Amino acid sequence: MADTATATAGVDHHDDHGHHESFWSKYCFSTDHKIIGFQYLFTGMAMGLIGGFFSYVFRMHLAFPGSSIPFFGVVSPAAYNSLVTNHGTIMIFWVAMPVLIAALGNFLIPLMIGCDDMVFPKINRLSYQVFLLSAIVLIASFFVPQGGFGGAWTAYPPLSAESQYNGTPFGAPMWLIAVTLEIVAFLLGGINFITTVMNARAKGMKLYDIPMVVWMIVIASILFMASVGPLVAGAVMLLFDQTLGTGFFDPAAGGDPVMWQHLFWFFGHPEVYVVLLPAMGVVIEIICTFSRKKLFGYKMILYSSIGLGILSFFVWAHHQFISGVDPRATYLFTTTTLLISIPVAIMLFAMIGTLWGGSIRFTTPMLFALSFIAEFLIGGVTGIWLGSSGTDIYLHDTYFVLAHFHYTFVPIAIIGTFSAIYYWFPKMFGRHMNEFWGKIHFWGTVIPFNGIFLPLFVLGAAGQHRRIAGYTAYPDLYTENFQDLRVFATGSLIVLILFQIPFFVNFVVSLVRGRKAEANPWKANTLEWVAPSPPPHGNFGDNLPEVYRGPYEFSVEGREKDYWPQNEPETAK
Amino acid sequence: MLEYFLPRASSFAGSIDHLFDLITYLVMFWFVLTMAFFFYVVFRFRAKPGQKAQYITGETHKQKQAVEIPHYLILLCDLAILFYTFKVWHEVKIDMPEYDEQVRVISQQWAWTFEHAGADGVLDTDDDIKLINELVLKKDTQYQYELQALDVMHSFSIPVFRLKQDAVPGRKIFGHFKPILEGEWDVQCAEMCGYGHGFMPARVKILAADEYYAWIAEHTPAHLKQDTAYANTESQLKEAPNNG
Repeated sequence: MADTATATAGVDHHDDHGHHESFWSKYCFSTDHKIIGFQYLFTGMAMGLIGGFFSYVFRMHLAFPGSSIPFFGVVSPAAYNSLVTNHGTIMIFWVAMPVLIAALGNFLIPLMIGCDDMVFPKINRLSYQVFLLSAIVLIASFFVPQGGFGGAWTAYPPLSAESQYNGTPFGAPMWLIAVTLEIVAFLLGGINFITTVMNARAKGMKLYDIPMVVWMIVIASILFMASVGPLVAGAVMLLFDQTLGTGFFDPAAGGDPVMWQHLFWFFGHPEVYVVLLPAMGVVIEIICTFSRKKLFGYKMILYSSIGLGILSFFVWAHHQFISGVDPRATYLFTTTTLLISIPVAIMLFAMIGTLWGGSIRFTTPMLFALSFIAEFLIGGVTGIWLGSSGTDIYLHDTYFVLAHFHYTFVPIAIIGTFSAIYYWFPKMFGRHMNEFWGKIHFWGTVIPFNGIFLPLFVLGAAGQHRRIAGYTAYPDLYTENFQDLRVFATGSLIVLILFQIPFFVNFVVSLVRGRKAEANPWKANTLEWVAPSPPPHGNFGDNLPEVYRGPYEFSVEGREKDYWPQNEPETAK
Repeated sequence: MLEYFLPRASSFAGSIDHLFDLITYLVMFWFVLTMAFFFYVVFRFRAKPGQKAQYITGETHKQKQAVEIPHYLILLCDLAILFYTFKVWHEVKIDMPEYDEQVRVISQQWAWTFEHAGADGVLDTDDDIKLINELVLKKDTQYQYELQALDVMHSFSIPVFRLKQDAVPGRKIFGHFKPILEGEWDVQCAEMCGYGHGFMPARVKILAADEYYAWIAEHTPAHLKQDTAYANTESQLKEAPNNG
C-alpha cells in the first residue's frame, strides 16, 4: 500500500463547503460520513431503548412470575419467547453493530486517517438506508398477527422453519428478512471502511501509523465480510423453507436441521470478534490519551488481533458440542477455543502494560475504558468453562452461558460505547458533556451491571436453563433462595435502567448548552483532533493534514509538551 | 463446587465436577492475579502533580518478554484443562459401556415420553411401560438411552446427572448414564422449542432395586405377568438376566 496515497477521494461531490442545505438533504439524505455516523448512532440508541425495555419486561416476569408488569401487562409464554428472541437480536444486530462499527467507523475513519469523506459516499448513504429499512421491518414484525418471532436469536430449524411449530407465520419470515437486510447494510459499510483506509490515508501515514481503533474496525469488517456469506445463503434457504415449503433443513424432506447451526455459527462466532475489536480499539485510544502513554506493543496488539480473527473461524462448533454433531469433532473445537484465550489475553495484558508508568486521569471516558478491561476479563475467563467440552455438557444453555456472554457483550456494546461517546462527544458536537453527571452515570451503570449477572452465574451453575418462562413448574428451580437471586438480578437491572436517565439528560442538555470544546480538548495525537470541533463538511478545509509519526507519541523524552500530534512537523517543539 | 447446588446422581457427574473444579482453580489463579495487578497499576500510576508519564514502547525484547512469559504459563494451564477435558468427554459422550437396561426418550412439543423396557428388559415388546413426563430408573444400573424428537429440536437435560444432549428430528441419538443415588429431580428441556418450551417439566425418579421391581410389577398388565418367567418373587427378579 502506497504510503503517499492522496486523500482526495470523494472530493467531487461536495467541494462547496459553504452551501446551504435544507434540513431534509442535510440530515436525511446526506452523504457526509459524520451525518451518516450520527444516523447510525441515534438509530442504534433508539433500538437500544427497545432492547432494554424488552429485558426489563422479561426480567420482571422472572422475578414476579404471573404478575402484571407495569407498562406491559401479563407476559404470556409466546410473548416471553418473543421478548428474549428480539432482545438478543436487537442488541447484537441493531445496537452493537450499528453503534460500534457503523457509527464509530463512519465518524472516525475519515477524520482519523485525515481525508474529507469515505471513498464511496453514496454507497455509505445506501448502507444506512438499508439499515433503517431493516430496523423498520423488525419493529413491524412485532405488530403482525400472531406477533413477533420467538424461536431464539439463533433461529434453529425446524422450529424457525415451519409456522405450525413456531406459531408466527408472519413474524418469523419478517425477522429473517430484517436480519438479512441488516447484513446487506453492513456489507456495504464494510466495503467502504476497508477501501477508504487502504486508499485515502493522509500523506505520510504508513500502515503502522494508523490509529488502533481504525485498524480494529477494518479487521472487524474483513472478518464480517468473510464470515457472513454462509449465513446469507442459510438465511435464504431458511426463508424458502418458511415461505415456499422447501426442505433444506427438514429431515422429512431430506434436509438436515443441524446444517443451519453450522451456517449460523460459522458467522456467529466471528461476529463476537466483529463487535469486540472496535470496542478494544476505542479503549486503546482512550487509555493512551488519559494515561499519557505510548501504546504498549502496537505491532503485538495488531498481530494478535489478526491472529484472533483467523482463529475465530475455527471455533464455531463449540456452540454445538451437544447438538448432535460427531462427538469426536469436539476435540478439535475445544483445542481451538482454548487457544483463542492467548491472543485475547495478550491484548488485555498490553492494555495494562500501557497503563504501567503512566499518569492516569480518571475522566468519565477513562473510567468506562478501565472498567471495560476489568469486566471483559470476567467475560473472557468464564469462557474457559464453556469452551471445555467436558464442562459444557453440564453448562450448555444454562444461565452460566448467559452471564458469560453478557460479561463480554455488555463491556463491548454498553461500556465501550459509552466510553466512546464521552470521549468523542466534544469532537462530534463541539461541546463537552458534564463530567459530574458522567461519573454518576458510570457508577450507576457498572455496579448494577455486576449485580445483574453475578447472581446469574450462580443460577447457571445450579443447573437452571435459559429461555424458560415458567420456573414455577420446576420444583428444583423454584426455591426461595433461587427466587431471591432472580429478584436481586431484576432489581439491579431496574437500577441500571434508571441510571441511564442522567445520561440521556446529560446528552441532550450538553448538545445545546454544554461547555464549548476546543479542537483538541484531551490533548490527544490523532488526526481527528486537528479538525475543528465539530468538523465542518469536508472535515479539514483546504489543508488536509500530513502525517509525520505514529498516533501514540505521548510523553516523549526531551519534549516540553506531553503529546505530539501526528501532523506536527519534526522541527516544532 | 457444583455438588453444593446439586447432588451427583450419575456415575460421571463426579468427573464433570472435578473438571469444573480444576478449571475454577486455574482460572481463578490467573483472574485474581491479573485483577490485583490491574488495580495496583491503576492506583500506583494515578496522575500526580508535576509527574510525567514514562515513554515505554513495548517493542524491546525485555518488554515483549514481560507479556510473552505469562502466556507460556497460560498455555500450560490450557493444556492441562485440555487433557482433562478430553478424558471427561470420552467418558461421557464417546465411550459406550455395556448396558443392562434401555430406555427410550421421545421429545415433542411440549412433553416427554419415556419408554421403559419393562419386565423383560427389551424395548418394543408388549410389557413396555410408557409414561408421560416421568422417567423411572433403577439405581446402580448402566442404562443406554435412545433420544428422538418428533417435531423440532429439544434437549434432554438432567442436571443432577450433569447430562445434556440435543434431540434432533430425523435422528436417533444414543447415550448412556448410570444412576447412583436414590431420589427425585427435574428433567428440563434445554433447547428453545416453541411456546411451551418453558413448560415441559419432567421428573426423574431413581429407585432402589426392590422398589423398582415393585414398580414394574405394578405397571405390568396382569395377562403379561403370567407369561413372564420371573414375575413373582423379588429374589427371582434380582437373579433374572438383564440384557439389552
